[in-house]
Amino acid sequence: MLKIALCVKQVPDTTDIRWTENNTIQREGVESVINPYDVYAAEFALKIKEQLKDVEITVFTMGPNQAEDMLRKLLAIGCDKAVLISDRKFAGADTYATGKTISAAIKTELPDFDLIVCGQFAVDGDTAQTGPCIAEFLNISQVTYTQKFEKVDKKSIELKRILENGIERVKTTYPALICVLEDKFEPRRPTINGIKFASKQEIRVCDAQIIGLEPEQVGLKGSPTYVSRAFRNMSNHNAQKFELSTEESVKLLDEKIKSLEVKDA
Amino acid sequence: MPNENNSGIMLYAQLTHENYIHTVFFELLEKAHELSQKLGGVEISAVCFTSPDTIEGFKGAFQNMGVNKVYYFEDKRLEKYSTQYYSKLFTELVKEVKPEILLIGATNQGRDLAPRISSSLHTGLTADCIELDINEKGQLAATRPTFGGELMATILCKNYPQMATVRPNVFKVHSVDYHADTEFIRKDTSILNGLKNDVEIIEFKKTIENEINDLDNADIVVAGGMGLKNEKGFELLQKFADKIGGSVAATRPAVENGLAPHSIQIGQTGKTVRPKVYIACGISGAIQHTVGMDKAEHIIAINNDPDAPIFGIADTGIVGDFFEIIPKYLELQH
Repeated sequence: MLKIALCVKQVPDTTDIRWTENNTIQREGVESVINPYDVYAAEFALKIKEQLKDVEITVFTMGPNQAEDMLRKLLAIGCDKAVLISDRKFAGADTYATGKTISAAIKTELPDFDLIVCGQFAVDGDTAQTGPCIAEFLNISQVTYTQKFEKVDKKSIELKRILENGIERVKTTYPALICVLEDKFEPRRPTINGIKFASKQEIRVCDAQIIGLEPEQVGLKGSPTYVSRAFRNMSNHNAQKFELSTEESVKLLDEKIKSLEVKDA
Repeated sequence: MPNENNSGIMLYAQLTHENYIHTVFFELLEKAHELSQKLGGVEISAVCFTSPDTIEGFKGAFQNMGVNKVYYFEDKRLEKYSTQYYSKLFTELVKEVKPEILLIGATNQGRDLAPRISSSLHTGLTADCIELDINEKGQLAATRPTFGGELMATILCKNYPQMATVRPNVFKVHSVDYHADTEFIRKDTSILNGLKNDVEIIEFKKTIENEINDLDNADIVVAGGMGLKNEKGFELLQKFADKIGGSVAATRPAVENGLAPHSIQIGQTGKTVRPKVYIACGISGAIQHTVGMDKAEHIIAINNDPDAPIFGIADTGIVGDFFEIIPKYLELQH
């Protein structure tokens, strides 16, 4: 059986950011959603399962208890098991501490994994670091910027990567970690049986002690980086808006382009 | 943790597929000089991975750039990028040289490599910084956008080296001559002998001529979003770009819908550009997009939705239909 660890994260809905009067982010009442790239990662893992059949997907997430809803939704669309890595001590973790915590949970809960699949980015932090951090702590290979797999069997997987200047096809043996980019697909809907399964399935909850980490190794204490200042990003462009007829708009555009004097004559 | 890392600032000199030094290195170098000054003139070093007998070709590129030392690894196994090989050698070098700051370009490769090195060294890494400074305590203060670009955070690191990645085109390069001698130091690669590379590259197909594509150096960027609707819209955009000597770019939704290739995507998950003029056509102006272009000197926006957020940052905002304005503009005689 091929064992896949699928790592996902709940993020605040970044399309719905509200600011307080003091220019800090309003956190109350902001909805949490599954990180969009983790939806691609889930799809990637589920497609492997469809193709090879004998596959078990265990979802891992680090977060508060409310992340359980997201885990149940993933169970309802075809994932098999779910692990919630949750402890107050994990709060304030940077990518190093997060990578360490998730890798420790995988070591204790799924030590004989073949593949780890995660999203390339999380839209809140957007560091693209946690995946490679997990791979480093587990001392396994990684393939980032993966769009899809082209072949998969019990021993290896062939992947298509999208890079700045081209498309790369690579092959890796297991164990390996794969970071998944966006790809076009039809969103999965849970089946009735899937929903039944998800509601019955027990979610394994792991705290720092269970995964064998000391309080000073996790959360803010275990993080080498810390935020010294956070502030709102303000634009320095002079916004001027013109609502004109088409002819006048064309004229304005022409004048602007000419006045900026960058055109090669 | 006491600072035993005191040998200055180390930079990754990534080579492109075409085998030249990625421009992001020179952008990092420019910033490194500024940081070095603030730290009292500390040493600046570069790290390079090359295939055998090619270092001579690169030596010239480091001349008069104020790079004190270039550490290089020359090995057939390093011809193509390998996460496992590169990160192992890089990590061992950092342990030996002990720089206080390590900066890496946030290219695909840099973002693949940097977190492996930082995790292995048990230090912190701040991704995609847009500003780097030295604070009053002599620490690296790395500022980056977060929450889709709406929030900026200045991040400090407790451990050493203090690591950061910076996307291409974020820092400007000024041509200044630094008449410092550069010492080239070849490092041993025998450590790779006991190491397995699990990822085999089967094929690489270029989708654009150069890793540093037209967009990086374009004075005029003409970008299209979902307001362009379909291929026809992007054909029109291309004609517009050709007429004014601009390069075409696109938003993430346009790329995701197959209207444009990923290589010209601007924004959080694409490129950052800083042209003289950025013309946003049919782009609503989601923050995920604007973080990649708001450093343009002048922004023109054409959008038929007067409430589109793009008008909040456009120097010249034109409320109107792209499909009416641009064909008429193309008819103009110049």
